[in-house]
Amino acid sequence: MARLESVRVPSGVSLTNPASGVPAMTVTSRHSALIRVTHWITALCFLALLVSGIEILISHPRFYWGETGNVLTTPLFSLPIPSSRRLVPTGYGYVLPDQNGWSRYLHFQAAWIAVLTGLLYTISILFTGHLRKNLLPGQGDLSWRTLSTTIARHLRFARPSEAEAWSYNVLQRLTYLFVIFVLFPLVIWTGLAMSPAFVSAVPATVTLLGGQQSARTIHFFVSLFLLLFLLVHVVMVCLAGFRSRMRAMITGRAGPHMERT
Amino acid sequence: MTDLSRRKLIVSGLAATASVAGLGVAARIAQKYGLVPPDHAGLYGPGETLTYATQRLLTRHSLAREFPRTKISQRPLANEMPPLNDAFKRLQAGGFADWRLSVDGMVDRPASFSLAQLKSYPSRSQITMVQCEEGWSYIAEWIGAPLSHVLDAVGVRPQARYVVYFSIDPDWWDSIDMADALHPQTFLTYGMNGNELPVGNGGPLRIRLPRQLGYKNVKFLTHLTVTDTLKGFGKGSASASPEGGSYAWYAGI
Repeated sequence: MARLESVRVPSGVSLTNPASGVPAMTVTSRHSALIRVTHWITALCFLALLVSGIEILISHPRFYWGETGNVLTTPLFSLPIPSSRRLVPTGYGYVLPDQNGWSRYLHFQAAWIAVLTGLLYTISILFTGHLRKNLLPGQGDLSWRTLSTTIARHLRFARPSEAEAWSYNVLQRLTYLFVIFVLFPLVIWTGLAMSPAFVSAVPATVTLLGGQQSARTIHFFVSLFLLLFLLVHVVMVCLAGFRSRMRAMITGRAGPHMERT
Repeated sequence: MTDLSRRKLIVSGLAATASVAGLGVAARIAQKYGLVPPDHAGLYGPGETLTYATQRLLTRHSLAREFPRTKISQRPLANEMPPLNDAFKRLQAGGFADWRLSVDGMVDRPASFSLAQLKSYPSRSQITMVQCEEGWSYIAEWIGAPLSHVLDAVGVRPQARYVVYFSIDPDWWDSIDMADALHPQTFLTYGMNGNELPVGNGGPLRIRLPRQLGYKNVKFLTHLTVTDTLKGFGKGSASASPEGGSYAWYAGI
C-alpha cells in the first residue's frame, strides 16, 4: 500500500489507488506525529501536575489576596477539605500524611517537561501552518450566524459533520486558542510568581499580579479552568466517537468511514 | 513498524547519539560551574537540576524583594516545630548568654562566636517575606549579621563550595552553595521587628535566606562547616530534610 502519511485530505475528497481505482482508506493522517507525541506528553504531564498540585494544596487549603497570608490572617476563602498540617484549622478531626516532598519534585519536573513540550509545539504550529489552517478561525467563522449555528449544534449533541472530522469547528478553535495562548501562559506565569528566587530576578512577575498570595490564588483558579477544559475535552471525544478519535490521536490514522465505527 | 524506512532509522540513530553526547558535555560544563544540585540523581534529578541550574544562572546576584515597614505582618506566624531539647532549655534558662556558634571546615581561623560577638558586627536589617512550601507566608523585619561578614572573619579558603549549617536539634541541618552563603541578604539573624528574635521564629539565632523557602531557614543555629563537597554529610542528600521527608535541597521555588 502506498504510504501517504503526511497527506492532508480535505473533507469530501477520497483518495483512490491509481492502479485499482479502489478507494484507499486509512492512508491519511488526521494528526501529524509531532502533534500526537506532544499531545500525549502534555496529557501525562497534566495528570502529574494535577495529582502533585492537589497534594501540595492540601498542606494549606486556604487562599488569600495580596502579598501574605497564613493561619493567623483571614483567608479570601478556604476549601472544605482536610489538611496535611495540624496548624491549619479545617474542622476535621484528623490530619493527612505529608506528601509534599515527592509532590514538589514531581510538580516541577512535570512542569519542565510540559513547558519544553509546549515550546516545541508552539514553534512547530507556527511553521507547519497548523495554527493558521486548523486553529485560527477561518474567514467568516466569527460571524454571529456561524457561532450560533455551531453552539446550537453542540447543545443538540449533533454528530460532528464530515468537515469537523478533518479539522476543528469555530468553538473548538477558540477553546484551543484560549487554552494554548491564555491558560497555559497564565499558569506558568503565576507558578513562577510564587518562586522567591525567580521573582528576585524578575520582580514584575509577582508585583503585576498584586502579590505572592494573589499569584497562588490565580494559579489555583487557572488550574481549575484547565481541569474543566480536560473534562469537557474527554466528554467531547467520547461523544464524537471515542475509538476513532483515540485512534486518530494515537496512530494518526483516521478516515471519514471511521465515523460509522 | 514496517514503514520505518532505513533513512528514518539512520537519522533517528544519529540524533539519539548526538543528544546523548550533547547531554554528557552539558553535564560536565554544569558540574564545573556549580549548576548541579546534590540531589541530582534519581527519578526527579533531571527536573531538579534544570530548576537549580536555571535559577542559579538567573539569580546569582539578584536581591530578594524588600518591603516598606507598612507591609510588616502584624503577627509573624511561629510555625509548629518539634519540642526543644534539654540543651536548648539549659541555654534558654541562662538567657542565651552561653549560646555559641562554632565555624570550622575549610577556613583559615576556625572560631566560636557568642551572640554578643555576632551583635558586635555591623548590624543589618531587611524587611523580607518568609514563604513556606506549604503556601503560607508573612513579612517581618529581620536583624542580624550578614553571613559573609562572619565567613570573612574566619577566612574561607578559595576551594570552598558549600556551607553546611546545624541547629541545636541534631536532626535539623541543611546546606547552601557559596552563591547563597555570600549573598548580601543571607543573615545570621538575632532580631525581629526591632526586638530579640522570638524562640518561635528561630531565636536566638536563625539563618535567613530570603530567596529560598522557609524550610532552608534553619532555626537555633549552633554550628557552621565550610566544605568543598557534601559527600559524607548525612546520607548524601546534603540536608536533614530529604532523610525525613524527601524535600528538595534547592528551595528557590
